[in-house]
Amino acid sequence: MFDFSKNYFELFGMPAGFTLDSAALATRYRDLQKVVHPDRYASAGEHSQRLSLQGATLVNEAYETLKDPLKRAQYLLRLKGLEVDGQNNTLNDPAFLMEQMELREALAEVRSSADPQGSLDVLLREIGGMIQAQIAQLAVLFEDGTPQGLVTAAQSVQKMQFLNKLHAEAEAVEAELDEAC
Amino acid sequence: MAYSDKVIDHYEHPRNVGVLDKSALNVGTGMVGAPACGDVMRLQIQVNEQGVIEDAKFKTYGCGSAIASSSLLTEWVKGKTLDEARQIKNSQIAEELALPPVKVHCSVLAEDAIKAAIADYQSKQGD
Repeated sequence: MFDFSKNYFELFGMPAGFTLDSAALATRYRDLQKVVHPDRYASAGEHSQRLSLQGATLVNEAYETLKDPLKRAQYLLRLKGLEVDGQNNTLNDPAFLMEQMELREALAEVRSSADPQGSLDVLLREIGGMIQAQIAQLAVLFEDGTPQGLVTAAQSVQKMQFLNKLHAEAEAVEAELDEAC
Repeated sequence: MAYSDKVIDHYEHPRNVGVLDKSALNVGTGMVGAPACGDVMRLQIQVNEQGVIEDAKFKTYGCGSAIASSSLLTEWVKGKTLDEARQIKNSQIAEELALPPVKVHCSVLAEDAIKAAIADYQSKQGD
């Protein structure tokens, strides 16, 4: 069917890099899904059926990883031998963390502000902008590819983890506000 | 996963939540964060002339275990010298709160926070 030892980029036949063609990724995903779809192996032997199921799982995992900038960056770093999502990883950047603390405080105060939706929109835009800035920086750092660049990329990935969590929390508040209206 | 009674107690009634003047010379501020869960923790100590921690405040955005770990730690460090506070180990926090293995990293974060606060205080003293 296909080679299970390939990495996700090889599986999708795309160059291993942070910047990637998302339309081509989606097309390749649909093609691969057809190849491994369990329906195609309904009349095949048990072994082929099991392989097709494993193939479909792998293709889905690969797609989920490659289409998400944070997961893609983490995966790229792992391919290069840098582990970035360990439980005991801590970020030592007081200025960034101070800013995160302030943004979380601002989010906590949104509900009691005069214009909750307006304050939340401002906050969501600000967090969204910060995430885009990290994505732009990651593109440059992975292009650069030097060991020092990859260490900085790992820090950038850590920052994105905080920002994504914060963005998800802000979206949860937005859903709450929508319900209250 | 069930939280222990001690975690729930600290989570529902956190001790010493608040902020100290981070620009004051006798205040040390520790900021730490865990990317894996997005937790952010600020722990501050106010130190008197004898080098004893006379007040401690914290603010934590994170799960119950992270809040409980930092809340407990602020209780423990009050009245301790900097050397004594530095010797507190995350394993003691985890044991006191009966943290399950998957939550031990929360106590690591608290230990990192007190060490960062002590380092910040000492850098202000110029030694």
